[in-house]
Amino acid sequence: MEGTLTVKVARSEGPVEYQVPARANQTVLDVVSYIQRELEPGLAYRYACRVGMCGSCAMTVNGRPRWTCRTHVAKVARRGVLELAPLAHLPVLRDLVTDMAPFFEKWRKALGHFRPREAPEGEIPDFALIPPASPERQQADAGIECIGCGVCHAACDIVGWNPDYLGPAALNRAWTLVNDLRDGAGAERLAAVAGDAGCHACHSTQSCTAVCVKGLDPAAAIAGLKRRIFWQDPFGWGGG
Amino acid sequence: MGRRMRGQVLLWSLQRISAAVLALCVIVHLATILWAVRGGLSAAEILGRTRGSEAWLAFYALFALAAGLHAAIGLRAIAAEWLGWRGRGADALWLAAGLATAVFGIRAAVGLYAA
Repeated sequence: MEGTLTVKVARSEGPVEYQVPARANQTVLDVVSYIQRELEPGLAYRYACRVGMCGSCAMTVNGRPRWTCRTHVAKVARRGVLELAPLAHLPVLRDLVTDMAPFFEKWRKALGHFRPREAPEGEIPDFALIPPASPERQQADAGIECIGCGVCHAACDIVGWNPDYLGPAALNRAWTLVNDLRDGAGAERLAAVAGDAGCHACHSTQSCTAVCVKGLDPAAAIAGLKRRIFWQDPFGWGGG
Repeated sequence: MGRRMRGQVLLWSLQRISAAVLALCVIVHLATILWAVRGGLSAAEILGRTRGSEAWLAFYALFALAAGLHAAIGLRAIAAEWLGWRGRGADALWLAAGLATAVFGIRAAVGLYAA
């Protein structure tokens, strides 16, 4: 692919159009870096690893949230045009950079951190023996590769309608920990992710699963949380 | 889980359970219609079936209750997402609307039973 690429960037001060040389095998991040280095030194964008590990370069590419470092221009450009905007559903700091704090705050609210199961009083905590191939461990592993890029959060309609909704990434993280036999915060975590701002707000439209860059299935994780809460305490009477 | 959160989980569970009940009731209702109209439809024929029948009374009372609750809980979610109607007051309003709808339906079922 040779020639010129037209890149429309939704900058803070308004949309700006750039002409960028089209090259074979270039990624969207390559294009953004070219603009920043050669055409517009003041363009703000964020990236770190460039190889799909860190989850910091996500933005809206031609209307859809994507990780730009692993997105080939040839696959997403329409008639030689790329439209870039910051991730949806998060405050924009400048140009293509969003404030990720509200996103990770939701992980905290969903008790998205591992809390070791406590040993009975007076006993020494033992090592948990969980074979990697066991069904229990595989269930926990299903959603563990999340890199926290925010792509599913940006694609979720429910987050757009209710900014308090925890969103697919935080709920996927909670489901991963609920399935981790070494974790001891089970009931407390289920309570943290229940209700109108939690898993029960999900309509299972599965945009999160469709866009997940790691091929995870947050929609299934949310369904799992609903199922687990239903069978433990269907009417919220506090049992189980 | 706080009381408010419990209420939200309860509403979600009622929505799922009423959906399951409705799926069954709608099938029975439609099948009965298809079967009933074969020989022509008349008020006398309908009343002949429902008058004094505890089974049909119970069936339609359950149907009306499920329909009222299901519709109100669904509208509650739509109103929260599209209009921003949230909170205790809105919840009480929707629950009242759902129960009122159910009461009208159950009254009709009682009417067919007692006619």
